[in-house]
Amino acid sequence: MLKGKVFRFGDGISTDHIIPGRYTHLRSNLPELAKHTLEDADATFASRVRHGDFVVGGKNFGLGSSREHAPLVIKMCGVGAVLAETASRLFFRNAINVGLPILLCDTSGIQDSDELEVDLTGGTVHNRTKGFTVTCSRIPQSMLRILEEGGLVEYIKRHGDFEF
Amino acid sequence: MVFTLAEKILGLKTGKECRGGEIVIAPADLVFIQDTTGPLTVRQFDAMGFTKLANPKRSVLFLDHAAPCPQKEFANDHQLMRDFARRTGAFLSDVGEGVCHQLVAESWAGPGDIVVGADSHTVTAGGLGAFASGFGSSDVAVAWALGKTWIRVPESFLINLSGSLTRGVYSKDLILHLIGLLGADGATYKSLEFGGEGVGNLSVPDRLTVSNMAIEAGAKVGLFPSDDLTREYLEDHGRGEQYIPLSADPGAAYERVLDIDLSVLEPVVARPHTVDNVAPIRGLDNTPVEQAFIGTCTGGRLEDLAEVASVLKGKQRHPDTRLLVAPASRQILSDAIQAGYVQTVIEAGGIILPPGCAACLGMHQGVLGDGESCLSTANRNFLGRMGNPNGFIFLGSPASAAAAAITGHITDPRELM
Ligand code: SF4
Repeated sequence: MLKGKVFRFGDGISTDHIIPGRYTHLRSNLPELAKHTLEDADATFASRVRHGDFVVGGKNFGLGSSREHAPLVIKMCGVGAVLAETASRLFFRNAINVGLPILLCDTSGIQDSDELEVDLTGGTVHNRTKGFTVTCSRIPQSMLRILEEGGLVEYIKRHGDFEF
Repeated sequence: MVFTLAEKILGLKTGKECRGGEIVIAPADLVFIQDTTGPLTVRQFDAMGFTKLANPKRSVLFLDHAAPCPQKEFANDHQLMRDFARRTGAFLSDVGEGVCHQLVAESWAGPGDIVVGADSHTVTAGGLGAFASGFGSSDVAVAWALGKTWIRVPESFLINLSGSLTRGVYSKDLILHLIGLLGADGATYKSLEFGGEGVGNLSVPDRLTVSNMAIEAGAKVGLFPSDDLTREYLEDHGRGEQYIPLSADPGAAYERVLDIDLSVLEPVVARPHTVDNVAPIRGLDNTPVEQAFIGTCTGGRLEDLAEVASVLKGKQRHPDTRLLVAPASRQILSDAIQAGYVQTVIEAGGIILPPGCAACLGMHQGVLGDGESCLSTANRNFLGRMGNPNGFIFLGSPASAAAAAITGHITDPRELM
């Protein structure tokens, strides 16, 4: 069970919002890059986010680039999970690959600073502030395995191949 | 049994019947990285303890995004990539060769190939009938090591084309129009498949431009059939032996079918800050632009530069509008010099940038100032994309960008033809 506070974003948060191209030179210096996470959507996010907090978006979260650095820096900020109504294919797959939980559900009733409890295995999000629970779409079994084992690198280190 | 193009290619490659929604393990025919997502791919490859590529002859590293390097961090990443190519026998495409997707089309991908690229616009090679899609760094590292990846077989949309484009209207206008119809997430996870008699009226470079932007509607792949034009393109690039004919079966199951008559399309632009914010160019005539940028994997091909030169010929750029032109590959630059297009650009007051991504992603060679607008032939106009969240990016055809450079504001290119 994950518990934390919501950082609420709108629809269409792109990988350029998450890590702007002007910081591309920091991509081999991830701790430095992480200080700019989501800067073009909320300039104070990286300094305010606490371990276990949630990034909550609307439609098409993470559209744009294939940069795996986008979910990676969100994870490095301590974010417990990303919740969105829908997510781009690449962001979704990359999030799982870096071991960042991503859940798709109706996020319309979730507001900034709400306190949430997220049950990853059950696929539910309980909003403690507003007192309601929403169910998330199921992650395919093979992807869930990769996520549970800490991401694709750890998964391949352990199994040496895809086991599905 | 009938199959969509996506199901057919994945079926041929995996040797079993593939249907939308299934997850399959598929062999990777070409696996490539570029210099912004690639360094992490190299590190993930090393972190997993791999030392050998499954297929070094079909593994490519492109140095194109930061080329030549604007900062020492990039230069060091380039060293890391050159060193990796040396120790594994992968092919290195060094600074100045051009943008990865253009080079993949010119020299590598063929119909029926599965192309795994560490860049979202890997979809470009769908214009040649390749199942080409973008993946993150870790996935690409695994594909390098194991020679395969997992793919969820996409459901498909059929974009049924008829007619042909009229003067002043281009494949860029077609794909922007389509993204406007679908929305930026309208085709998420899907295969966008182009069919109908109109396909034969689009050249391979046109198709590459269309497939390139399939991702801007969220699609996993943007696929064209492989036909006589594909064969000619491959032959022209010395790769005729890679040709196989490919098309979807009549009656294949599509989740959605959209009909587009190419002959009624008009020039359009995508307005800031989303690609689906599409409007006819006519209503935006008075919008001033401080920069016109022609280039990228979407709009920097020889055919694009030919249109640009025909608009610019004998004219001067507007004094308040910078004109930047980056041919997408060294071959294109060389051909454009031969054809006189480069001279035309320079005489019009433009700047030729080295083949590569140039100003596209906002780290060098054309960053916008606060409040400035750019009409760009690229594929993305996200906030901050060109290096400044206080800049405004409009996307349009190469002819539209050339027209804006002349008049200093957004202009229907047909007015200058
Ligand atoms: S030209 Fe632009 S869109 Fe194309 S690969 Fe380079 S940065 Fe990406």
